[in-house]
Amino acid sequence: MPKLRVATVWFSGCSGCHMSFLDLDERLLEFAERAELAFSPIADVKEFPEDVDVVLIEGAVGNTEHLRELLEIRKKAKILVALGDCAVTGNVPSMRNPLPREEVLRAVYAKDDPPGLEEGEVPKLLPQALPLHAVVRVDFFLPGCPPPADRIWKFLRPLLFGEQPQLSGPDLKFG
Amino acid sequence: MISLTIDGIRVQAEEGETILEAAKKAGIRIPTLCYLEGLSPRGACRICLVEVRNWGGRLVPSCATPVQEGMEVVANSPRLRELRRTILEMIFVERNHICAFCVSNGHCELQDLAMELGMDHVRFPYRWPLLPLDLSHEKYGIDHNRCVLCGRCVRACAEVEGAMTWGFSGRGIFTLVEADLGDPWGKSKTCTGCGKCVQACPTGALFEKGKATSEQVKKPEIIMEVTERRPRA
Repeated sequence: MPKLRVATVWFSGCSGCHMSFLDLDERLLEFAERAELAFSPIADVKEFPEDVDVVLIEGAVGNTEHLRELLEIRKKAKILVALGDCAVTGNVPSMRNPLPREEVLRAVYAKDDPPGLEEGEVPKLLPQALPLHAVVRVDFFLPGCPPPADRIWKFLRPLLFGEQPQLSGPDLKFG
Repeated sequence: MISLTIDGIRVQAEEGETILEAAKKAGIRIPTLCYLEGLSPRGACRICLVEVRNWGGRLVPSCATPVQEGMEVVANSPRLRELRRTILEMIFVERNHICAFCVSNGHCELQDLAMELGMDHVRFPYRWPLLPLDLSHEKYGIDHNRCVLCGRCVRACAEVEGAMTWGFSGRGIFTLVEADLGDPWGKSKTCTGCGKCVQACPTGALFEKGKATSEQVKKPEIIMEVTERRPRA
């Protein structure tokens, strides 16, 4: 059986979901037996590859770069998973959403010409931080801030064996 | 006694009891949000909707509908589960409910309902309204971002404490819970500072100041405890 090609992506989030993924500890060995990491912030790959079986995306869609990448990833990945509350609901990054983008940037970064106001070296900030499913079709939702390692494993393990993951009850806890 | 069936189970109930009370006695779970034992029912949130089969499948809030002889009630079905989840999602998009950032994370009735009703995400677009926070009270705070407009605070204040400090202003999604016709809570002339509203609040909208998330566990059951000890008119 060929190994499952798994990718992880980090958008507008704190990387806590990735830390939680690493908290799989010795289960990472079992993961490595059945899957390979095709793309990830913790792997040295520059371009998102073709033919990814499963992509776990952490973070909300916060700027134009996330938006562009997400649309590309959706085309290249068979199963797209919203990993953690930011990807599922917008969560903490969406706390800026009631306020005008310009006001937030000027208050936080610089009064004159703050980065992200227009397209430049820093990508333009979107008017609002969006959950993934506001932009593309999402196949699975894995809530939690961050989702505990046990929950990630409960979700990931069936996928490694070609089964459908099914989370319910306490495994759907936000926050 | 009145005879009815709930989910096919024969149930006996007293005249004047609600479907929810009858279901509770029969051990049938119906999820609720704006209902609180000890307060008058309001039927505001619609989470406790049930179907009355011999009323042409009509949906009624079980907390506010008295039992009737021969009623055939459906309390749990795929249709009701989907309806309740949809209602819950509409509550979530109406304000800014960010569990990770909330003092009630881990002991919130809204968060618990999301788990119970299998809400893994919200299918409607979020509104992200800009809402105020009132921290003028010495002991408590109110964060309108987390308010679900259940009115439990309003009823606890009026019916149990008798102060009638809390009321609603505005209409529909623009409704706000306000103290003394919109004064800052800390300036209220009627608030006794008893905190029953805080204990009755199902979310983190009303909270005690100076308490961290782990200490911010509410005791909504005190409303029932207090009213049970009271002589009834």
